[in-house]
Amino acid sequence: MMADNQEIILDIQNLTVHYVLEDETVEAVNDISLQVGKGKTLGLVGETGAGKTTTALAILRLISDPPGVIKSGSIKVRDIDILSLTKHQMEKIRGKDVSMIFQDPMTSLNPVFTVGEQIAESVLLHEHLSRQEAYEKAKDLLEMVGIPKFRAAEYPHQFSGGMKQRVVIAIALACNPKFLIADEPTTALDVTIQAQVLELMINLKEKYGTAMILITHDLGIVAEICDEVAVMYAGRIVEKGTLEEVFNRTRHPYTEGLFNSLPNIHRRHEDLQPIPGLMPDPTALPKGCAFAPRCSYVSAACLERQPYPRAISPTHTVRCAAYDDPGFMIQRRQHE
Amino acid sequence: MSDTILEVRNLKKYFKTGQGMLHAVDDVNFSVIRGKTLGIVGESGCGKTTTGRCLLRLVEPTSGKILFEGSDIRKLGRWEMRKKLREMQIIFQDPFSSLDPRKTVLQTIQEPIIANRLIRGKAAIEDRVLQLMETVGLAERLINTYPHELDGGRRQRIGIARAIAINPKFIVCDEPISALDVSIQAQILNLLKNLQRKMGLTYIFITHDLSVVNYFSDEVAVMYLGQIVEKAPTEELFANPLHPYTKALLSAIPLPEIGPRAGRVILKGEIASPIDPPDACRFAKRCGCVVDKCNAVAPTLREIKPGHTVACHLV
Amino acid sequence: MKDKVLASRRYRKRSQLAEIWHRLIKNKGAVAGLFIIALLVLVAISVKHILNYDTQVVAQKITERLQKPSARHIMGTDNLGRDIFFRLLYGTRFSLAVGLVSVAIALTIGTTLGAIAGYYGGVISDVIMRTTDIFFAVPNLLMAIVIVTALGANTLNLMIAVGVASIPQFVRITRATVLTVRNQEYVEAARAIGRNEFAIILLHILPNCLSPIIVMVTLRIASAIITASSLSFLGMGVPPPAPEWGSMLSDGRRFLRGYSYITLFPGLAIMMTVLAFNLVGDALRDALDPKLKK
Repeated sequence: MMADNQEIILDIQNLTVHYVLEDETVEAVNDISLQVGKGKTLGLVGETGAGKTTTALAILRLISDPPGVIKSGSIKVRDIDILSLTKHQMEKIRGKDVSMIFQDPMTSLNPVFTVGEQIAESVLLHEHLSRQEAYEKAKDLLEMVGIPKFRAAEYPHQFSGGMKQRVVIAIALACNPKFLIADEPTTALDVTIQAQVLELMINLKEKYGTAMILITHDLGIVAEICDEVAVMYAGRIVEKGTLEEVFNRTRHPYTEGLFNSLPNIHRRHEDLQPIPGLMPDPTALPKGCAFAPRCSYVSAACLERQPYPRAISPTHTVRCAAYDDPGFMIQRRQHE
Repeated sequence: MSDTILEVRNLKKYFKTGQGMLHAVDDVNFSVIRGKTLGIVGESGCGKTTTGRCLLRLVEPTSGKILFEGSDIRKLGRWEMRKKLREMQIIFQDPFSSLDPRKTVLQTIQEPIIANRLIRGKAAIEDRVLQLMETVGLAERLINTYPHELDGGRRQRIGIARAIAINPKFIVCDEPISALDVSIQAQILNLLKNLQRKMGLTYIFITHDLSVVNYFSDEVAVMYLGQIVEKAPTEELFANPLHPYTKALLSAIPLPEIGPRAGRVILKGEIASPIDPPDACRFAKRCGCVVDKCNAVAPTLREIKPGHTVACHLV
Repeated sequence: MKDKVLASRRYRKRSQLAEIWHRLIKNKGAVAGLFIIALLVLVAISVKHILNYDTQVVAQKITERLQKPSARHIMGTDNLGRDIFFRLLYGTRFSLAVGLVSVAIALTIGTTLGAIAGYYGGVISDVIMRTTDIFFAVPNLLMAIVIVTALGANTLNLMIAVGVASIPQFVRITRATVLTVRNQEYVEAARAIGRNEFAIILLHILPNCLSPIIVMVTLRIASAIITASSLSFLGMGVPPPAPEWGSMLSDGRRFLRGYSYITLFPGLAIMMTVLAFNLVGDALRDALDPKLKK
């Protein structure tokens, strides 16, 4: 998928993660492959239960085993094979090479430590600086995310939601990681605050060239900040491509359905076309395409077997059996 | 003129706190025409949810008049108010906490019918419940299931069925889709629209999501720190936003399209405190076009164009 | 017109009660505990018809005193020649009665006070809770001793004493639960559809408060039995010659050397009963949480 001269920071191949419970198995992630190049942002899009967070946690090996099991596949961060590392080695990587921003800023920060201390903690863990130096660096980082330096001595509860999220970003970027995972970083925030935080993230991205996976269900945010998009459904990537390809030359019926479900500010009188039905039960996925029961283009072949990833262009792949017919095209009006 | 089903005048709700008086809702005025939808938008802390609760007196307003079909419901006694609730209902935001976890779908939906003694007889009540389930799109076989066995979308449908069970005229929808997945949101929005057409319902649609309110309302009121700062018919508001906050709000929405962000206004700072607010424009501290007057005198809502009111000194 | 079957019958599912039961018996400890409790109840009910109180339980037979366990006296005899096994069996009546009645007293008074404190809050809650705190500050056993001393030592007063000592626990847990439930949106929803306050408390708040209270009941029964036995051990409980397990423990004190079985068996009985209730109580806590499924 990547251009040959691009340095690949994250390389996931055929990853499968299941949660093995007492009487059932949750097939959370099924055979996904994706790559993120240096300085690029990949948007991982999907609804609840699609497997996005599990993917993120798998990269950081934060999935508790039991019940989570990485059944197969490989994860490489800059050629380091993540799955073969020891616990100790993994701890060295977390926060330094790969960082994560979690969804809820309200609970990501420890209420009994000051904000400065929490940022400094991350610095101290990975870099050989003195306490004093680390704290100074923490203050610099606060300024970088738009918070006045003197507030380093304050506690999380003294900050609003948007500011807390900025602190979380500061902690994540403290050690200048090569790769950042942001799991719905702005979902819990008000729209105007979200705009502020997104602006910050875009600036930092440009400044530091950090590669990033942004997990979200909001296609608007994807359009703002992502270079590439991967759409997940029932643990599989159903469509993957550049931003332009996925938005303007959409191929997969589910992606089409997501766009059609959104009320469009410019076209308010158009009826919404929701996707009928519900996401399948991840403990009982069908043998064929998981989206088939809700798909308006379904055919018999769809129910028989898993569609394979078909390349539409060197960077754009779709998992959809309907494209076996070379004349097939989904109906979504392509962007004028 | 047209049939005004609800008129709210000078609605105030203040809460006493340790630090002072919290002005949650501060002198709000609006009216809604029968069969139409008024959208109330704003971010957290603007008072929209409290306003919604006040309309049904689930939270007792501090002062003001709430005229439902001409008569002030604040004057009603407890028993009369309960009767009035047959005509005014509410759909809650959180499909997880708004349903009693120990009641089945049947028990939850039938409760308003039983509480108001509208239908007698187990079989007759059950028929009505099945009818309602069909209307909102719940499969018959779910009749004895418990909320925790169902997903958010289905739970919200239960909440909707409960709200329409006794044929109200007016429903307050308090962020009814915020907690749902995108594809389910669209399903529920369509359902609400259909119900409005079928039953002639009037809605007050409270949300923080401007794209939804664009789709779903006839008129929009924008709230900030307990006050309405701008109000206009939907198309007019989106085409010609006048208040700086409205402009910022509109420009902040990330659009699911590729292209340059035209005129993106990034607000500086955070929302001010709603406790003992000063007698000045409450948006002044974050406004990009502030002048001295803004910090000295509180602006009042003025009609700039027919139907379009704004509270801003600079308009 | 066809005979129409109600849809609620057609799609009948396991009721919540059955669901809870099924989850409970998955826990092996709970099954053992339930078995023991069932056995105890059976004994308590039937022993009156099987044994003659006067001749077999309290009659003193000096000739047969201090006999080690044998075929004739399964658990031996005590210093007054009474068959320990028979006394043990009869003792279940006292232990279970005291356990159940005292907790019943604590439950009714405690949950009512706690519910009022939780629902109305404010000054009422403060008064109730501070009074409860005072009672809470006094150790369980001491409180019971004080009450028995004031009222006199007999079975009824024992029940009252142990019951009153257990009230604070119920007040606290009911108030805490009611506070949480009261703020749930579904309570607000019930108001919105026109329910009056009384109906809301009865139909929505109380059923959702039951779980922690039920668990507390089982655990307090265990605790009550120990307190009662302790009081009897100290001579302040059921008066002799009643075969209360605690008294039997006390009787055997002087004969620990050589005749330890006199204390051993009542001790084991107390231990098993308390263990049984604790096992069931713990398992109930998990079984009653409807969301614990996943």
